[in-house]
Amino acid sequence: MSRMEPAADRRPDRGENMALAATALDELVNREYRHGFVTDVESDTLARGLDEDVIRLISRKKDEPDFMLEWRLKAFRRWLTMTEPAWASVHHPPIDYQDIIYYSAPRSMKAGPASLDDVDPELLRTYEKLGVPLKEREMLAGVAVDAVFDSVSVGTTYKAKLAELGIVFCSFSEAVREHPELVRRYLGSVVPYTDNFFAALNAAVFTDGSFCYVPPGVRCPMELSTYFRINAKNTGQFERTLIIADEGAHVSYLEGCTAPMRDENQLHAAVVELIALDNARIKYSTVQNWYPGDKEGKGGIYNFVTKRGDCRGANSHISWTQVETGSAITWKYPSCILRGDNSVGEFHSVALTNNHQQADTGSKMIHIGRNTRSTIVSKGISAGRGRNAYRGLVKIAKAAEGARNFTRCDSLLLGDRCAAHTFPYIEVKNPTAKVEHEASTSRIGEDQLFYCMQRGISAEDAVSMIVNGFCKEVLKELPMEFAVEAQKLLGVSLEGSVG
Amino acid sequence: MLEIRNLQASVEGKPILRGIDLEVKAGEVHAIMGPNGSGKSTLAQVLAGREGYEVTGGEVRYLGHDLLAMAPEVRAREGVFLAFQYPVEIPGVSNAYLLKAALNGVRRHRGLPELDAMDFLALVRQNMKRMGMADDMLYRSVNEGFSGGEKKRNEILQMSVLEPRLALLDETDSGLDIDALQVVADGINAMRGPERAVVMVTHYQRLLGHVVPDFVHVLSQGRIVRSGGRDLALELEERGYGWLDGAAAPQAGPPERAAP
Ligand SMILES: Nc1ncnc2c1ncn2[C@@H]1O[C@H](COP(=O)(O)OP(=O)(O)OP(=O)(O)O)[C@@H](O)[C@H]1O
Ligand SMILES: [Mg+2]
Repeated sequence: MSRMEPAADRRPDRGENMALAATALDELVNREYRHGFVTDVESDTLARGLDEDVIRLISRKKDEPDFMLEWRLKAFRRWLTMTEPAWASVHHPPIDYQDIIYYSAPRSMKAGPASLDDVDPELLRTYEKLGVPLKEREMLAGVAVDAVFDSVSVGTTYKAKLAELGIVFCSFSEAVREHPELVRRYLGSVVPYTDNFFAALNAAVFTDGSFCYVPPGVRCPMELSTYFRINAKNTGQFERTLIIADEGAHVSYLEGCTAPMRDENQLHAAVVELIALDNARIKYSTVQNWYPGDKEGKGGIYNFVTKRGDCRGANSHISWTQVETGSAITWKYPSCILRGDNSVGEFHSVALTNNHQQADTGSKMIHIGRNTRSTIVSKGISAGRGRNAYRGLVKIAKAAEGARNFTRCDSLLLGDRCAAHTFPYIEVKNPTAKVEHEASTSRIGEDQLFYCMQRGISAEDAVSMIVNGFCKEVLKELPMEFAVEAQKLLGVSLEGSVG
Repeated sequence: MLEIRNLQASVEGKPILRGIDLEVKAGEVHAIMGPNGSGKSTLAQVLAGREGYEVTGGEVRYLGHDLLAMAPEVRAREGVFLAFQYPVEIPGVSNAYLLKAALNGVRRHRGLPELDAMDFLALVRQNMKRMGMADDMLYRSVNEGFSGGEKKRNEILQMSVLEPRLALLDETDSGLDIDALQVVADGINAMRGPERAVVMVTHYQRLLGHVVPDFVHVLSQGRIVRSGGRDLALELEERGYGWLDGAAAPQAGPPERAAP
């Protein structure tokens, strides 16, 4: 790994303390997928298959205003004319979209819980087991959580406290009912339903997700978080997240996800839209740990996600940080449209593939405004027979005077059956732009491993340590609690990849 | 403590060690000298258990146990420490993190409680101070961007913290300035004790002035061709290796003599 450039932004302290604090690494490497249990709840589930009636039914179950139904139907009709994208560097058997269940909700949720006290205790226990307690007394300090179970949101914590500041943080369904004007104004304004095959499908059938609006000048005092859980069998999860930071607002949002271990592949096709107005700032962090399938590649989630942020206002700032360790297939490119002058887009990513996992991920930075800046740091780790592709687009429009991009993609290979590829696309239409791209590929050195082992560290711990070191620049972008969790995940996900 | 009998080893099918016999008792310091390519580092790596170095004959007993049957990390936890001729860089992993994991691994193995971050830092800082190392070295990535001398010092720091029973030092004195040599020598001398032993590979007489060995051995073409006391080193300094039975002159480059 020969690299001349120092890390763009050296802030050693937090990372160092984090490294010291996270002593738990040792116990991790021997754990299986921890979140693979199934919750036994009675569910209200539609029959398999998709047609306009299913969409009408979903919309009716959610009590939606007409504009929503119309929008869904338009999306569906558009989807029928589209084909699955074939350009990604992933392989899977054809998906039968008529064999998927498009709506499943715990029966107890039928009317929608009035408050967290009304939520089925079995559901509360599920989230507790996942380390996300929702009950008032045990709630995570400093993190407001919206918990999404299969197709619906089961509850949102700290709602009242946020409301005092004028912050709306609730399930998407509730937002459609309570704040239709905001939804109508912003929904589809970043990712229109015409955008791509999966975005169109999502627009037609999405069942829930999180909604957040931070009013002008408000800095959200806590992390907002959604925890997505797929429980029901043969169910697709299609959630939609919409976050709006009004002028001068700041918000940091975390997303976590898990699913039970099942032999069949399950489809997850989400859409996330972020909108930052003048001087607003949105930080969006993901730790994605969907079930990756077993060692032979059976089962696992197909994670086909469209995430895009629109720096609509001047001096706005959107940053994406993701740690992707789960899913059988990951297909996602969190992007920024840098429309406002002086706006800033960032993408920091760790994607790990082990066994038969495949990841095709990266980012798009579309520079439109003047003096817009973007940074992409992508760390791909492949082990076993894992396949990892970075795919990135940096586009500088004609008007983007003085735009700058810096991209770095590093790949780390463990073993000789895995693969890493890099596909950078660069389009520059303004001669004043500066675009830099660096890439490196390295193998975990046998000499590094031996050095650690000679100091008494087991091979698995050594791998975990070296991998965490490789990812450090990205991990330090995560909020503290998430960083520790992400470090553990990297250890668990690499289990059995050495020796 | 360490008994090596007729040890033979190959790398990529090529025999490198061709029958080594060596006994090291607790409390002793042995120096191993010999021309470039004679197998000194190979011996150290084989003792530490490096993959790819195939033992084709002989045996090694360490504290009465079959050393060659132990996994490398177990050898380390049992107190075998190798200071590498070329310490390895590990980007993104701080010196402190590696050393803490190593120390607690050793402590667990010995049935001692693990040190928490505070106690660990106190212990390391104390050692660093003695070795004249700046505090920020703790938070820098392992050996990344360290100068040659800093890397060697770092190996000795790790040794001081881990307190091994058998220290194998592979040219830890190479590339050190005069002050650093003194610091490293002090570190090694601090390791000396009735319970411990040191085997140090060196090309230079000057280290032996600071750390006086009990025995000096000359390795040549995979065999120990001469053993003696401290005087042997002085004689080698004077006469080179050519006069020894079966010793070959270095195969490439000028013979390494006393450093300027
Ligand atoms: N991994 C390897 N692959 C091929 N040959 C090797 C390997 N490691 C060592 N050798 C060879 O084994 C022989 C002994 O090497 P070794 O490093 O043990 O020598 P040394 O005595 O330590 O030399 P120096 O004084 O230069 O450090 C050399 O000829 C070297 O080229
Ligand atoms: Mg050597």
